[in-house]
This record gives sequence, structure tokens and C-alpha cells, in this order.
Amino acid sequence: MSNAVRQRHSLMFRPRSYTAFAVTPQPPIVDWLSDLDASLVRSESFFAGHHVALDLSAVNLSSNAIGQLVSNLEERNVRVLGIEGVDPARWQPGLPPVLRSDRVPRIVESPRPTEPDAPTHTPDPLPPPKQKPASLMIEEPVRSGQSVVFMEGDITIVGSVGSGAEIVAGGSIHVYGALRGRALAGATGNARARIFCHRVEAELLAIDSYYRTADEIDDSVRCRSAQAWLEGEQLQISTMN
Amino acid sequence: MAQVLVVTSGKGGVGKTTSTAALGAALAHDGAKVVVIDFDVGLRNLDLVLGAERRVVFDLINVINGVAKLPQALIRDKRLETLYLLPASQTRDKDALTEDGVARIIDELREKFDWIICDSPAGIERGAALAMRYADSAVIVTNPEVSSVRDSDRIIGLLDSKTAKAERGERIDKHVLITRYHSSRAARGEMLSVDDVLEILSTPLLGIIPESQEVLRASNVGSPVTLNNPLSAPARAYFDAARRLKGEHVAMVVPSESRGILNKLFSRKAA
Repeated sequence: MSNAVRQRHSLMFRPRSYTAFAVTPQPPIVDWLSDLDASLVRSESFFAGHHVALDLSAVNLSSNAIGQLVSNLEERNVRVLGIEGVDPARWQPGLPPVLRSDRVPRIVESPRPTEPDAPTHTPDPLPPPKQKPASLMIEEPVRSGQSVVFMEGDITIVGSVGSGAEIVAGGSIHVYGALRGRALAGATGNARARIFCHRVEAELLAIDSYYRTADEIDDSVRCRSAQAWLEGEQLQISTMN
Repeated sequence: MAQVLVVTSGKGGVGKTTSTAALGAALAHDGAKVVVIDFDVGLRNLDLVLGAERRVVFDLINVINGVAKLPQALIRDKRLETLYLLPASQTRDKDALTEDGVARIIDELREKFDWIICDSPAGIERGAALAMRYADSAVIVTNPEVSSVRDSDRIIGLLDSKTAKAERGERIDKHVLITRYHSSRAARGEMLSVDDVLEILSTPLLGIIPESQEVLRASNVGSPVTLNNPLSAPARAYFDAARRLKGEHVAMVVPSESRGILNKLFSRKAA
């Protein structure tokens, strides 16, 4: 009698991509960290719940210095998912894994300082990155049940967005038509994103997780051309022209 | 060149089957060879509307499964000799439809017919997806009210992405057919206006079918409204729509029930 062979489960591997903030420290690190602290004071939850990748292409750090920087960030509640822009030979156990990205590095703007005299030094300019389109252009109506997601920047729609459709952008949303569905701008935590549309009949407007449902949109702006933006924690809507 | 046309809507009860029968009969009336296919497997109705329910032997699923050959399942209309029906099976469900089977049948029908009209079931699941799968053009049946219009918008999105033609990068021709239209109620704002519907759907209009007792009367006697009472308002609207499908230019008017003098007298008296 042969032994029953254990039935093996078929293993499932699926490629999956996630959106992460790539944070690019500039030398000198000490100054960069204090700038980071300043912007975290302004927007405490800026990194909350987000994946962060540490792009070290602008600095030249030893393995120990990388470890130090990672723990400095962790003290600030910034959890580093992986590091990139570093020679894999510098990697040592204990450090986050080295990520390889096919993309050219792009800087994510942190919230801008409100006081004009804040920056005391100018960071060294990065080598000019090759420009990838940071906006998505859609030239037909977005129909009910369709969902357009573009975390890398703005979405422009030349046409209407149907009731039951959904537009999610990392940047701003521009609709040259009636907006009858849901629009979620600044979905990567960009509070400066805005929503513009020719005719607002939206089911939901959201910027950086602050939202208003159709019920909360004032009748005076309804069915008119309007923009929505964030003022503190308040989503504001006003008509245009 | 055969044209495969899907009559669809998303929402149920808006008049897909009525419109399939009426348009099919109107096209066949002018001598074109027309086959109407009922894709509503398990809830078939097209056989009733065409008055062919007592002559169904084999059906779409039998042909897909190889139990019957296509010519055995086709039922010729008693009134129009160029109009045929391929009925759905009532005892099965939509899972019995296969993509390959539907493709084979449509290919075979393309050889023999000028128009192949697929009557889609409601919903966006398998039955509706396969009814639209091989279509060259689509008629989206819409009632002038918000839920029907939103469902139509959803269906238009699927027509532009899930059909074989869309997947080859081509555009499927789409036409909106507004049914159960009541001009006086639209004027009072109790219904969406034609302009509202077209603005939301941004798709060209094929026709406006007025609400009428004639439609129900024709269904009950098992006859397409275009055959049962060709001079009635809905029948004239369907004839116009059929001519537009053939590419003719027909001015868009909403036919109204013509009232005789007696009718007018009576209605005045009643008032």
C-alpha cells in the first residue's frame, strides 16, 4: 500500500501594485528632518495610514546612517515600507527591503508653509527628472458604474460623469460637463486638490477624505458651474462666474 | 451585410421585448429577412408577444447544446414570411448560455439574414452580457424617468467596453429609444423631458414611442404593435425608428393618437 500523498494546495501569486508616498531626503539630513517636523506640525496626519517609500537617490548614506534615518522617521510615525535609490550592496538585515521602481522619481509636495519666511535654506535641486504625464485626459462621458482612478495627478474629463460613476484622483478633478456621480480628489492626502465642474449635481464630493453628500450641497450651487476646495477640515463649494 | 442589433436597457419592464417585436416586424414588413432572438433564458416572453408560443419545439439552448440544428429551432412568423423567431428555453437559466455557442449561432445567422435582433434580458449579468456580446449596433430602450435613465447609462458603458466590437477597438453604434412617453406629463414636469434624457445619455435618439393602450392590446393578442394596428401612434413611431435604423433620415415627431370628430365630441361632453 502506498501512502496517501498529501494534496498540495495550488499556490496563488498575483502581482499587485500599491500607491506609496516616495519621500526623498535632501542633504544635510538634519535640516531635512527639521523641515519635516515643521510640516508635520502643520498637518499631523499627513502620513497617517499611507505607505511610505524612502528614496535615497539624493543622498549618499552608509548602512548605519540609513538605519538611523529609518528609526528617526519611525519616531515621527512615518513607517517606511521600503527603500529605493540605494546600492543593494549597502543593504543589511534589519533595514526595510530595497524596492525597484521603473518610474522616474517624482517629488510629492508636502503641505506648503503658510508663513512666507519659513524656508531658511534652499534644498539642492534634484537632477531634472524625465516628465511623465501627471494628468489623465478622458474625452468621453464616464458612465454609471464606471470608475476612473488616477492617483498620480489630475483627471480631466471632457464630458459628463453619470450618476453612479466614480472619479478618484490623487490631484484635482476637472469635469467639462455635468458631474452627477462621485468625485474624490486629493485621494493620496492632498488637501490642496480641488474639484471643478461645469454643472454640479454630484452624489458625493470629497477632498482628502473630507466629503459632502448630495444632501449637504446647497441648492444655490446645485446645477451650476462650481468648484470645491478644502478650508481646514471644511469642504467648501462655490459657484464660478 | 447582416446587422446584429441588440435591444437592451439594464432595467426591466421598460419595453425591450415589445420594441424587439415591433422593430423586427417593421423591418420584415419592408421585405428584409429578420430573425429575433430571445436571450431571456428561463423567463422567455418574445414568443408570446409574437404569438408563436404554441409552435416552439426547439430553442436557443437546444441549438447551443447541439440537440437541434439551427433551422429546426427557427420559427417563421405566420403573418410575415421574412420574420423568424429563435425562442429562449423556459426550463433552463442563463448559465446554459455559452459564449462559443452564441458566437456560433450568430455567425450562422449572419449568412442567412439581413437583421439579427437580440432581445436582451434585464440586468447586466450573463444573459445581458451575451446578448450584446456580438452586436454591431444597439438600441437602448429607456423610459423617461431617472432610474431607467441611470440603468441605460450603465448599459452604454458596458456596450462601450464589454462587446466584441469594443474589445477590437471599434465603436458600437448606439441609439436611444424612449418608450412610454407622455408628452403632457413631460410638459408638466412629472416625467423627464426628451432633452433631459438625451443630455444625460449623450447618445443619439432613434425614436420616441408614446404611451398607448395599443401596446398592451397588441401584446395580449400575440402580435407586434406594428402589425396589429399599423396606423396607431406607437406603431407609426416604431416604423419611423425602423427607417432610421436603415439609415434613412426621418424627421423626429412624437405621433399622437388621432382623434376622430366623434371622439372629440365625447371628450367634450365628458368634461
